[in-house]
Amino acid sequence: MRLLTHNMLASNVRGATTGYPLTLEVTKWCTKEVELNADFIRGLLPKIDWRALVAATRALGLPELLPEDQPPEEEIFAEGAADVEGSAIRRIHHALLEVHVQEGSLVCPDTSRCFPINKGIPNMMLHEDEV
Amino acid sequence: MKLKQLEGLLGGLTQFPDPKVELEQYPTGPHIASRMPYTAENSFDDITGKVVADFGCGCGTLAVASALLDAERVLGIDIDPQSLELAQENAADLELDIDLVWSDMKNLNLKGIHVDTVVMNPPFGARRKGADMEFLSMGLKVASQAVYSLHKTSTREHIMKAALRGCNPCSAEVLCELRYDLPQTYKFHKKKEVNIAVDLWRFVPNAQQQQLACYAPSGPGDGTAT
Repeated sequence: MRLLTHNMLASNVRGATTGYPLTLEVTKWCTKEVELNADFIRGLLPKIDWRALVAATRALGLPELLPEDQPPEEEIFAEGAADVEGSAIRRIHHALLEVHVQEGSLVCPDTSRCFPINKGIPNMMLHEDEV
Repeated sequence: MKLKQLEGLLGGLTQFPDPKVELEQYPTGPHIASRMPYTAENSFDDITGKVVADFGCGCGTLAVASALLDAERVLGIDIDPQSLELAQENAADLELDIDLVWSDMKNLNLKGIHVDTVVMNPPFGARRKGADMEFLSMGLKVASQAVYSLHKTSTREHIMKAALRGCNPCSAEVLCELRYDLPQTYKFHKKKEVNIAVDLWRFVPNAQQQQLACYAPSGPGDGTAT
């Protein structure tokens, strides 16, 4: 599960108000390199919940990867930024698309219901009495 | 990528080894599976560079097809964990990365509008009435651009009515009629193989504020049961 997927998943368990963002708990993760597409990031970024993304990177033990507040777009999409090691756009790209959570769980912030992640696939299934 | 090439690659995917009738698991054959995303891309620019979700992805055929057409991200969602594992393997075999979520459609809670395009071969609702509309309504909630879906041609009018009533799309259009070559999947299937006529639909969600337009192409089979 990429953090992009984490960014859009919410819990629908009975009793949850927003069910978002899910608290990420990670026991195993890896990274896989993906080519950076600045236009794609540009289109995606306004839809991203920055706080949820930052919280997810912290859960991975990467407190330095993203700053608390989203950097201004001029900085992120500055010309040539994509080619600079450690630039904001590369960090965002890395966080959203290159990190894969393989084992862990997603915890509903309202009800503490735990959704396990096995082999990279989050299990969002609910029992009948939870709907 | 050329259509023939896409169809060829999809033909090599592993399909359900043990299909579950209650979920209406039917393999999406390479003919149909290649044409849906191919049309979506070539006629509407809805795949390449986009976030695509495959609802009820099964073994991931449409998800893989979208990834092969350079969707920037592909998300597959299914209720059946064995299918998801297969989808993962199918994607890995072609060195593609797709994200998978184990969930049913009615309890899926996707926040925001990250998904551009939804592709799906939903259950036709033969086993559980209304399953098709559940998929469609969720698709239209999640997609910002379009929802592509397959429905039996014989139910075209019903789909149009039910979609307009229940899902309030901006537009609902049958793009073309396709042949669903259905191999004998379950014991209750008497024939070895049947051809079912299915419609490839394109629904546009309402958020785009386009003019309400609902039409189906003219031509043989239009609006009539086959």
